[in-house]
Amino acid sequence: MEENSVENKNCDIRIEAKGLWKIFGKKAEEIMGSDLRSASKETIQEKTGCVVAVRNVSFTVKKGEFFVIMGLSGSGKSTLIRMLLRLIDSTSGSIFVDGRDVLKFNKRQLRDFRRHTTGMVFQYFGLLPHRSVLDNVAYGLKVQGVPKEKRYARAHETIETVGLKGWEEYLPSALSGGMQQRVGIARALTTEPEILLMDEPFSGLDPLIRREMQDELIELQDKVQKTIVFVTHDLHEALKLGDRIAIMRDGKIIQIGAPEDVITDPADDYVREFVQDASPAKVLTAGGIMEQPESLLYEWQGPKAALRTLRSLKEDHAFMVTRERKLLGLVTMKRLKNLIQDEGLYLKDALETDVATTDPDVVLEELFPIAAEADYPIAVVDEAGKFIGEIQISSIFENMIQEKVEDNNG
Amino acid sequence: MAEFPTFLNIPLADWIDAFMDWLLMNFAGVFDAIGGGLLVMLLSVERFFLWLPWWFVILFVGIASWWVMKKWWMGFVMALLLIFIGSFGYWKLSMMTLALTTSAVAVSLAIGIPIGILMAKNDLAESIIRPILDAMQTMPSFVYLIPALMLFGLGKVPALFATLIYAIPPVIRLTNVGIRQVSESVVEAARAFGANFWQRLFDVEMPLAVPSIMVGINQTTMMALAMVVIASMIGARGLGLEVLLAINRIEVGRGFEAGLCIVFLAIIIDRITHALSVRHQKEMKS
Repeated sequence: MEENSVENKNCDIRIEAKGLWKIFGKKAEEIMGSDLRSASKETIQEKTGCVVAVRNVSFTVKKGEFFVIMGLSGSGKSTLIRMLLRLIDSTSGSIFVDGRDVLKFNKRQLRDFRRHTTGMVFQYFGLLPHRSVLDNVAYGLKVQGVPKEKRYARAHETIETVGLKGWEEYLPSALSGGMQQRVGIARALTTEPEILLMDEPFSGLDPLIRREMQDELIELQDKVQKTIVFVTHDLHEALKLGDRIAIMRDGKIIQIGAPEDVITDPADDYVREFVQDASPAKVLTAGGIMEQPESLLYEWQGPKAALRTLRSLKEDHAFMVTRERKLLGLVTMKRLKNLIQDEGLYLKDALETDVATTDPDVVLEELFPIAAEADYPIAVVDEAGKFIGEIQISSIFENMIQEKVEDNNG
Repeated sequence: MAEFPTFLNIPLADWIDAFMDWLLMNFAGVFDAIGGGLLVMLLSVERFFLWLPWWFVILFVGIASWWVMKKWWMGFVMALLLIFIGSFGYWKLSMMTLALTTSAVAVSLAIGIPIGILMAKNDLAESIIRPILDAMQTMPSFVYLIPALMLFGLGKVPALFATLIYAIPPVIRLTNVGIRQVSESVVEAARAFGANFWQRLFDVEMPLAVPSIMVGINQTTMMALAMVVIASMIGARGLGLEVLLAINRIEVGRGFEAGLCIVFLAIIIDRITHALSVRHQKEMKS
């Protein structure tokens, strides 16, 4: 049984990189074979003229995971993502994708791997300037030798997915940066790859467009469920998009973890400095700070039972749910008393249905406007409409202050 | 010690002569075969140009100029220049010159573009070919006439050969430059999607190098025209021969007329090929 579970675990892993090195320069092999390789980047460059771009990097990416590699320029992140499909050849190490070592592929296998398994999106788009949007999006299929009609039909689909319908016949230069990158994304999606590699795809866009594209990428990922490796130098982007984040510095990965872990438990001073500016409002989610209410009211309860519950808890209000815990609304003490005075029999008649709700993935920042309007706690509701917790207005701000204090102490 | 020491003499001239002799002794058949093939091509191209009705050529050049330069009056001017050529009485000779130029350009492109691609793709090839091109362009063009004459005798074929050597460097150079300056990010994207060498070359690099290659074609054409005139010395008939005769007989008027016809041809060819290359550049940008 245990062996089985281990195997299942392995099946979930899509990309596994082990001990990857990249040294640029003629003496790369020599350095790898000597003790010099553990020397600092500067020492190696001084002694041999070679540049260590990626240094003993290992990580795994699960199926359907959004994996972000973050680092400043020169940290080796762009080199690393290119090594995954051998646009840059690794000096040493191994990269397993679905159990096969990419570094051992022959020319043909590599070509097929690039054509069918991966799709890549580039910072500078890399679109063919002399071809229409349609031809650009269909490019991956053209390379595969798919006939024109078929590849255009498929390209039309992805063009619609990224919201560029009507722009098929334009040249890329007629489009804004954001739209050009949509073409880039559509091109990568057209071949239906299992893995999307994105090298700073939004870095060249202005902030408003960038945020919009990030939101759309999240939506898109919900739909297509690809395995994504995403490179960025922007911490906020990493925190917003990543299921897990790898932080790189000087060619090494110095921390891998979920966004919350990186924020709350930075591995070293470098990461701490990095995340210092990250506002908890942009990281903490409703699901993360919600609490379970002391009690709920159920639709089948009578008004007097409800009154008793509220009094015993010394509460002024409580959420009311169905048998399946679907949220119906809020019952307040005042309304309940009125109902009993009017000799009403159904608790439903005291229901306040206009309640502030949110889903658990929403970050605190987006709760601010809701909180400003709300008189009562915010209900956290999942996709199915099920009540899963509540957020007291005061706790939103408490959480933010707490995080800040922890940061400063650390 | 004003004299350069004689023991340092290098008899390069003798060596080259020996090489040429060796070439002729051993490969005369090969050159005859090549020459024969080229002659067939040259004669058919010339026959075609002479077969074309004069009014058709004028109409065609006029409309083509209008179309590529987007100005109706340019079409008119170009047609007028051709009419001048006809009215000087040099129509037939002009067509012969044009035929030889066209053939030389066609062969230059057929050989030059692949060499340019090789240079762009291979740094070693570039470092070898580049100095050869430099030498070819700085060498006085008359020098090419001698080996051409020796290898192919008198006539159109050696003229074509000499023209080829003189006119081919620009198209090689600019094909090389054009491919090398294609944006790295576009080529990388093509690689990332699994495009192989030929797919990258024909779908990405060549189309994006077209504006640069067009400039090369323009330069090669102009140089070919200039050399075709000089090549009349080894028996290529056409406008050049007319100039040569005028020099020998000191007939200023005749020389001037023929010279003017060459200038007109040059203007027409240059304007049209230049407009084509500019248009390509604009298309790329917009």
